[in-house]
Amino acid sequence: MPTIKSETILNQKGMVRAITRIAHEILERNNGAETLAVVGIFTRGAELAKRIAKKIGQIEGVDIPVGFLDINLYRDDVHTKLDQPIIQKTEILFDIVDRNIILVDDVLFTGRTIRSALDALIDFGRPRSIQLAVLVDRGHRELPIRPDYVGKNIPTSKDDKVQVRLVEIDKEDIVIFEKSGLKKAKGKKSTGKKSGSKRGGKK
Amino acid sequence: MKLKSRHLLGLEGVTPEEITLILDTAESFREIIERPIKKVPTLRGMTVLNLFYEPSTRTKISFELAEKRLSADTISFSKSTSSVKKGESLKDTVRNIEALKINMIVIRHSSSGAPYFLTQCTDSNIINAGDGRHEHPTQALLDMFTIRRKYKKLKGLRVALIGDIKHSRVVRSNIWGLKAMGASVAICGPSTLLPYEVEKFGVDVYTNVDEAIDGADVVNIMRIQLERQEAGLFPSQREYTNLFGITKERLKLLNKNFTIMHPGPMNRGTEISSEVADSKSSVILEQVTNGQAVRMAVLYLLSGKKEETE
Repeated sequence: MPTIKSETILNQKGMVRAITRIAHEILERNNGAETLAVVGIFTRGAELAKRIAKKIGQIEGVDIPVGFLDINLYRDDVHTKLDQPIIQKTEILFDIVDRNIILVDDVLFTGRTIRSALDALIDFGRPRSIQLAVLVDRGHRELPIRPDYVGKNIPTSKDDKVQVRLVEIDKEDIVIFEKSGLKKAKGKKSTGKKSGSKRGGKK
Repeated sequence: MKLKSRHLLGLEGVTPEEITLILDTAESFREIIERPIKKVPTLRGMTVLNLFYEPSTRTKISFELAEKRLSADTISFSKSTSSVKKGESLKDTVRNIEALKINMIVIRHSSSGAPYFLTQCTDSNIINAGDGRHEHPTQALLDMFTIRRKYKKLKGLRVALIGDIKHSRVVRSNIWGLKAMGASVAICGPSTLLPYEVEKFGVDVYTNVDEAIDGADVVNIMRIQLERQEAGLFPSQREYTNLFGITKERLKLLNKNFTIMHPGPMNRGTEISSEVADSKSSVILEQVTNGQAVRMAVLYLLSGKKEETE
């Protein structure tokens, strides 16, 4: 068995700090919370969106609308995969028109998820702006997309894995980086299921 | 979790996990039809053929809209305006249309087994939209979806299916689906409208409607299929109404918070009184709305599924 090198990129405290900083940056950039709404991408982006909205609420003393987005119906590879991803219920119960939307995901990698999310969001109306917040940016974009708020930048190679684990889903708050030990090993795909998610645990 | 088959021919043999997957997915799609822009790009570039050899309002429109909401291209075919009139066979019809490059076929046909036959002579994914007396799986799925939305469960509920059991494909699909999901099922109709070997369904069989609906949570009323009646299965529509029609008086036998369902089209005043059909407990129109979400879920889950090598 080849050993896979893994290290902790963010622990629980680091994650709290990153989210707090992102919340402050969002408020600074948008001159307050008045027009803000936070929309998270399932599964882990949705949990992070709740945390960011809560933090902004604590700082400003207001309630920020939070929505959740399932982007699978907007993917560009939905027919090339053998099995259809499980669809979760999109919940955007507020009018996004003229709001500044903070789109939240856990890991920014190729940018394809964000492309799908932009299409999905715009089907709900015309926001004043969409800004992107991610906990981890690991590079290797395949589309011209960049984040506005980043918790942590991690230089990676394409085969490495970055795993975001959150208390609500995985029982712990941690970001783990795994250096790819071997190329395209058999059974590699299935290791992603350890995190208990359908999709998106590792990116 | 995924569907085992690349076709949906019926609910017989479909596992509770698969049914739950379809219903959960439909729950997510239900939100899309409430949006201002009721469309997602998921099936863009796919072509779906709606092959209706029998008349239909709800199922046909529901499937067509479901396909359009998923951005598929659709062609609708009806028997009366096609070369079927000139004697072209089902196989030739489908193979010719398939030569125009389609991906999925939704079929309704008066012969049981027609959808299965198509799986043997085409490469498309086949969805059964009702075949003869065999099955109508999407109707049963939308019935279960509607029940599950109201009661938040299916297990342990008592569902009575009343009416023409013999000719009803909706009943058969409902029986398989509800049994798989752990509901308790009663069926009831005139003995001439019960099929041979009815006991093999493994459900409670009644010929007295009051006994059948006693203590039920859901009454799903089947249409008297006047077009499928051989002469003399029951003496008159009026006698049927007296003995089996669901009227306001009969509703007292049901559990509190009961639900009235009907797959449509209704013969008002025959199997269901207008008062019951339009009452607060009736979810007949909700069934229609939910049908669209369920059909979107089925189209989505089957789309792109290729021939599997086992």
